[in-house]
Amino acid sequence: MSVIREDFREILRLVRPGARVLDVGCGEGELLELLTREKGVEGRGLEISPEGVSACLARGLAVVQGDADDDLDYFPARAFDYAVLSQTLPQVRQPRHVLSELLRIAERAVVSLPNFGHWRVRFDLVTHGRMPLTHSLPTPWWSTPNIHLCTLRDFTALCDDLGLRIEACAALANGSPARPIDPKRGLENWRAESALFLLSHAEGQTAPRDVGPPKSDLFG
Amino acid sequence: MSDGETALSFIETRCEVARFPASQPLRLDSGGEIRGLEVAYNTYGRLNAQRTNAVLVCHALSGDQYAASRHPASGKAGWWDKMVGPGLPLDTDRYFVIATNVLSGCSGTTGPASIDPATGEPYGLTFPVITVADMVRAQKLLLDALGIEQLFAVVGGSMGGMQALQWAADYPERMFSVVCIAAAARHSAQNIAFHEVGRQAIMADPDWRGGDYLRQNVRPEKGLAVARMAAHITYLSEQALQRKFGRELQRDGLSWGFDADFQVESYLRHQGAAFVDRFDANSYLYITRALDYFDLAAAYGGHLANAFQRARDVRFCVFSFTSDWLYPTPESRQIVRALNAAGARASFVEIDSDKGHDAFFLDEPVLHDALTGFLTSAGHARGLS
Repeated sequence: MSVIREDFREILRLVRPGARVLDVGCGEGELLELLTREKGVEGRGLEISPEGVSACLARGLAVVQGDADDDLDYFPARAFDYAVLSQTLPQVRQPRHVLSELLRIAERAVVSLPNFGHWRVRFDLVTHGRMPLTHSLPTPWWSTPNIHLCTLRDFTALCDDLGLRIEACAALANGSPARPIDPKRGLENWRAESALFLLSHAEGQTAPRDVGPPKSDLFG
Repeated sequence: MSDGETALSFIETRCEVARFPASQPLRLDSGGEIRGLEVAYNTYGRLNAQRTNAVLVCHALSGDQYAASRHPASGKAGWWDKMVGPGLPLDTDRYFVIATNVLSGCSGTTGPASIDPATGEPYGLTFPVITVADMVRAQKLLLDALGIEQLFAVVGGSMGGMQALQWAADYPERMFSVVCIAAAARHSAQNIAFHEVGRQAIMADPDWRGGDYLRQNVRPEKGLAVARMAAHITYLSEQALQRKFGRELQRDGLSWGFDADFQVESYLRHQGAAFVDRFDANSYLYITRALDYFDLAAAYGGHLANAFQRARDVRFCVFSFTSDWLYPTPESRQIVRALNAAGARASFVEIDSDKGHDAFFLDEPVLHDALTGFLTSAGHARGLS
């Protein structure tokens, strides 16, 4: 089971049945199709490649060709219950803006990203002095779409800065089941190869509506 | 009602004209009305027993109802025969495709060349100025007459796409899905400017006779041909023109005169000449005017999203082409963003093509695949077999 599939499995577990979901960077629509089939969600997608959009249309999904940097601004506030950004945040031009937009248009955001603080990444960099190649960072520096890599600590700091609440977090690793973690623990910043966050606005920032299952159910 | 029936290979085709009694006038945005309206239309395929598989195909400026059948005058294949037919995206084995000639057209539907029942003479410039919404209203009268309560889809490219959007704004309950290809929600200054060149060319022709040419037994062919030549350039991309013609000459060497030295000149002249055989100059004036007046958001306080508020349950699919500079991609994006803002179920694909605006008439595999995917899945949702 690859990291991406674990990612999907976790998202599937966490999304409330019948919810309105926007998948940003939805590719060929595998996740949206899964969510539609298994959870009966009302799904929408945003995808940059015309081939991806075309494949989504053939699956019966409603998908707009566009990208996270430019097109989220045009969705009305609270149009969705969940906005999903799967392994895409390091690829956007303005991660900070995109993150706040996700939580403007959706009650909750599900964001997964590779952890640049993982021990293997640090080890590669320190011992070989070269950009690391790992399961969650599989492409060489000259062809990677990632332009804004970060560690778990970087990401949680950004969430604090934006007034976002981390409702739950799970570490994802190639071939093993998701593991609920506290992303602010220093050890996890070494251990987690990739992580999935469930985010919402911190109390008092907005008036959150109770849309999801209790926190303890989110990651099994 | 029936004007005859044509069997074209294996598509079941009917060519008809619906005639509405004077007691059922078409009311117009201008405040006027048209009595004794006639709407010419072709159908392809069969309406199912539940009457749920009807697809309305809306044509572009110079189009007609012969979407998938040979044009009786020009003998040319249907303008969308790559899209409408058995096994094609608008599959006539699954859908009942209706293609009408637009209001103020010149292919059978009432227009400025029609006889005004009040005078017994061609309307000419006494024909009222109409809008895209009026075109849609005429189509709606036809659907009412055919007993089709809800279309499975309204599909159109260019001006046809604008009609499809207008349909969604005015009668959202009358359709399950909308396909809008290479269009815009309003005419831009550049769009209006090009149309004005065309109209001025027609009106500058001495044979236009203040629009009264039909009664005087002449036709402003030169003016109409120039209008078509100017417009045709906007339908093609710079790359397509360059690839097709470059600086190639018609003959060896230059003429040192004003003959068509270059192949591109000869091509445009041919386009102009072929057009005057099948199109009426006054129709051209009225239709371009309707397009220039088109601004879907205007009736909604300038907020396009409000135009789609009632269409939230309609499935939309919007297409644009990278090299279309007549209705470029940002125009389609504006439509899509308004649809998203309205909470409608919108899909959008920008197709990579160097063929310009007219790409929607041509073989574009991504368009065909995406449209097939969209319609097939919408068909499942609608319960079409």
